[in-house]
Amino acid sequence: MSMGLLRLLRGNKASAPVARERLQILLAHERGLRGQPDLLGVLREEILAVVSRHVTLDPTKVIVRLERGDEVSTLEVDIEVPNDFERKRAAVG
Amino acid sequence: MAKVLVVTSGKGGVGKTTTTAALGAALAQRGEKVVVVDFDVGLRNLDLVMGAERRVVFDLINVVQGVAKLPQALIKDKRLENLWLLPASQTRDKDALTEEGVGKVIADLRSRFDWVICDSPAGIERGASMAMRFADEAVIVTNPEVSSVRDSDRIIGMLDSKTVRAEKGERVEKHILITRYDPSRAARGEMLTIDDILEILATPLLGIIPESQDVLRASNVGTPVTLSNAEGAPARAYIDAARRLCGETVAMQVPAERKGFMDRLLRRRAA
Repeated sequence: MSMGLLRLLRGNKASAPVARERLQILLAHERGLRGQPDLLGVLREEILAVVSRHVTLDPTKVIVRLERGDEVSTLEVDIEVPNDFERKRAAVG
Repeated sequence: MAKVLVVTSGKGGVGKTTTTAALGAALAQRGEKVVVVDFDVGLRNLDLVMGAERRVVFDLINVVQGVAKLPQALIKDKRLENLWLLPASQTRDKDALTEEGVGKVIADLRSRFDWVICDSPAGIERGASMAMRFADEAVIVTNPEVSSVRDSDRIIGMLDSKTVRAEKGERVEKHILITRYDPSRAARGEMLTIDDILEILATPLLGIIPESQDVLRASNVGTPVTLSNAEGAPARAYIDAARRLCGETVAMQVPAERKGFMDRLLRRRAA
């Protein structure tokens, strides 16, 4: 009995081609990211440095998030600023 | 010229330690002077697979830190004249592996052996990067399964960028070793084929180790599979792989279990 007929009778499709295709797509993406510096880490450090020049910040309260979409990707920067920063600025200035 | 070979994979449980023991024994049987080095600090197992677990006194960390001299830590195999083991520490932390210390030990081993085979821990952390750091060649152990292939790809990227050779602009010679391969499942489209894996990883093939009960049996008794059943399919595949490492041209095939008449009859009916 041929393999194809046997498979037809059992009703399950070959899964290896699916595995192969998924891997090819995934690895093409992952190889593209490799070797680049950690973009988000660099962005976070630089944003933190700029904002810290003017406002006293808790470094753990700076969140940089990148979301990839099909058409556009969004970069979300979330910085928690203490309420009394204006006063601190006034004191310094 | 001594060669430093790392056996690595990224993913755990694919057969790195089995492969280290089997290739080490196969090379030693050819008359090469071989040391197998366990880099899995904290979770050592090469000693167990080699059947030397009760003979460990000093380990790699002791040598790295200068507590013991290299000859004190080397364990001579009881079966093969040319085979030695340098065990990992079971109690220490991976952070004890400093690059400078490991470099000195590897340089010392190079002067004493033809082959220094480094059994990498799983993962991409310090232990794995130290195991590959000084390698001239790499065997990437891969199962025909998506997560293993993905991790192998990642490890290939590290071999091409994080090794001493890569940093000097030289190449680490890389080989794929496919383990736990089942030709009949691949033929039925249930398992990635050899061609699929090689095309995806774009790295030459060292050998194909078929799924076999011999491998578990060998580790149960603490004997490299090439010694425990030298006529078995995995042993023959490892012996061929060792010949290729030595530069011989050996036709690539998936060694099959040699079955008796009844097995063959049953298999034909099952297929």
